[in-house]
Amino acid sequence: MRKFTLLNSVVAPLDRANVDTDAIIPKQFLKSIQRAGFGPNAFDEWRYLDHGEPGMDNSARPLNPDFVLNQPRYQGAQILLARENFGCGSSREHAPWALEDYGFRAIIAPSFADIFFNNCFKNGLLPIRLSAEQVDALFQATAAQSGFQLTVDLENQRVALPDGSGYDFEVDPFRKHCLLNGLDDIGLTLQHVADIQAFEARYHAAQPWLA
Amino acid sequence: MKPQTLYDKLWNAHLVRQDADGTALIYIDRHLVHEVTSPQAFEGLKLAGRKLWRTASILAVADHNVPTTGREQGIADPISRLQVETLDQNCADFGVTEFKMSDVRQGIVHVVGPEQGATLPGMTVVCGDSHTSTHGAFAALAHGIGTSEVEHVMATQCLVAKKSKVMLVKVDGALGAGVTAKDIALAIIGVIGTAGGTGYAIEFAGSAIRGLSMEGRMTLCNMAIEAGARAGLVAVDDTTLDYVKGRPFAPTAEQWDQAASYWRTLHSDDGAAFDAVVELNAAEIRPQVTWGTSPEMVVAVDGCVPAPASAPDAVKRADWERALAYMGLQANTPISAIQIDKVFIGSCTNSRIEDLRAAAAVIQGKHIAANVTLALAVPGSGLVKAQAEAEGLDKIFIAAGFEWRDPGCSMCLAMNDDRLNPGERCASTSNRNFEGRQGQGGRTHLVSPAMAAAAAIAGHFVDVSKI
Ligand code: SF4
Repeated sequence: MRKFTLLNSVVAPLDRANVDTDAIIPKQFLKSIQRAGFGPNAFDEWRYLDHGEPGMDNSARPLNPDFVLNQPRYQGAQILLARENFGCGSSREHAPWALEDYGFRAIIAPSFADIFFNNCFKNGLLPIRLSAEQVDALFQATAAQSGFQLTVDLENQRVALPDGSGYDFEVDPFRKHCLLNGLDDIGLTLQHVADIQAFEARYHAAQPWLA
Repeated sequence: MKPQTLYDKLWNAHLVRQDADGTALIYIDRHLVHEVTSPQAFEGLKLAGRKLWRTASILAVADHNVPTTGREQGIADPISRLQVETLDQNCADFGVTEFKMSDVRQGIVHVVGPEQGATLPGMTVVCGDSHTSTHGAFAALAHGIGTSEVEHVMATQCLVAKKSKVMLVKVDGALGAGVTAKDIALAIIGVIGTAGGTGYAIEFAGSAIRGLSMEGRMTLCNMAIEAGARAGLVAVDDTTLDYVKGRPFAPTAEQWDQAASYWRTLHSDDGAAFDAVVELNAAEIRPQVTWGTSPEMVVAVDGCVPAPASAPDAVKRADWERALAYMGLQANTPISAIQIDKVFIGSCTNSRIEDLRAAAAVIQGKHIAANVTLALAVPGSGLVKAQAEAEGLDKIFIAAGFEWRDPGCSMCLAMNDDRLNPGERCASTSNRNFEGRQGQGGRTHLVSPAMAAAAAIAGHFVDVSKI
């Protein structure tokens, strides 16, 4: 997994509540057996004017000029600003894969769906919960100033505005440690093999119908 | 000892270790696998040279991509075919039990698990699929996981987790005529919202829940995720044990007795504390119909499409306006005035035998309306299909103008050929009415099987309790 430490980037605002995983990556792209390459189809139905299917040359497709991520001022944005309940719907990790492959490294919203929130951390994406008022203020700042940038400092758990002000955010210490160091969960868990084996032996002795 | 919730009991029984900050390793009993969320996990294992920790914990079945007609000819779409073949290959390579497409036991993973007794009370059940919450109907701690976690469980038999909060949703009283578990689920989501259960496991309790069959409880827990909760739970009672007994993967003889006496302890203790409590009166729940693009956008069948001006806040108002535009609906339209083009009876929410019986009872001796261009009945598994055929339900569906299909996810998410065309409106027994879910531009109204069947006959929504 890629490390996440300090990020400074333009912010792209997606001003909708309940953005679901089917919107982030439509299901026709879930047929891939790969983990990479979903970026060009992130938000496919909103982003292009035609209907997307796997295997198409996305660079030749007509872009929807009204979709916010297509606007020139938000090109290269690595921070996505969103509304409540972002990432609701399915457990499919294709959604964070698509966002990460698109180029996002952090998502700021008042709330996230649980499974999506979890999946982000496993893919080097940092989901940041701020209050609805703080998110509102960031939407206004993003709209007011072309090229508006934020700095996300994971170590100090702070989102900083260009004027030096900012907002602190909460992050689970274990997830933070994994992101800062680019650690993969399986390797960490396998440090506890003895614990797992001991548990399993006890457990199956007590519930032999599961053994 | 302090009274415990059902969730506490399940959590404690599976706790391998816990750090000071609450991060825990939870042991997983049952891992259900399907073709969409597993290929990258198997590949990750292979690349890292890792083995499956416990092969016997895994049961695999392809469901999302499989065709529901002409199955003998295989899968026409080469990309779908590759995904299903990849599952077959991975299961062969790793020695995993798989029900192949030609096996009568094949079906939607959340129908197959309980049907086989692969889902047992007291288990932890995971699957790379959010509707894993379904299995909570058995007092199993069951939730959806992402592909990284699928790989993690394969390699370690554990999940890194933190304890959830617990919400008690209590539904007491008698259900009215024509009101089903699906209506209870939609009514609850209408009250708490699609994010209302975020951060919680929901335990469903009360006399109306105890009165539901296991299939009804599965429908309810299936929709817990649409309320934002990763897991739904119902306590064990005789209904649970009667359902499980005799299933292929269920214990027998002495082990059954031992298991059953443990399973009977799987309920919240009197006086257990919940982090939130929501109460509904079953008698007040009417058959439900969603009008928008989120399951919380729901009203009773005798209601009207709401006006955005009456939304509680500005964000919701914008949301409702967008939903009405997408759905092609005007504010204040009576639900019963909404005409439909297609009907879908199926999905892991409502494709079990009782669902098919309820729909068949409504359509028997009648025919779908002239404006309904396609009505699909898609059983949840090969065994459900066989049972329905043994009861003659297939003939009732076919005589009424329905297509009788092979099992799979089908038009629930339209990954195969079953889908809506842009602008088409569907009465669907599935669980998600998101934009494009059943086909780009398609318009989905979520309802119970009886309501979908009644809409198929009338050509528009009708109150099934009045026919
Ligand atoms: S039936 Fe629908 S919701 Fe259920 S597992 Fe299949 S695609 Fe998912």
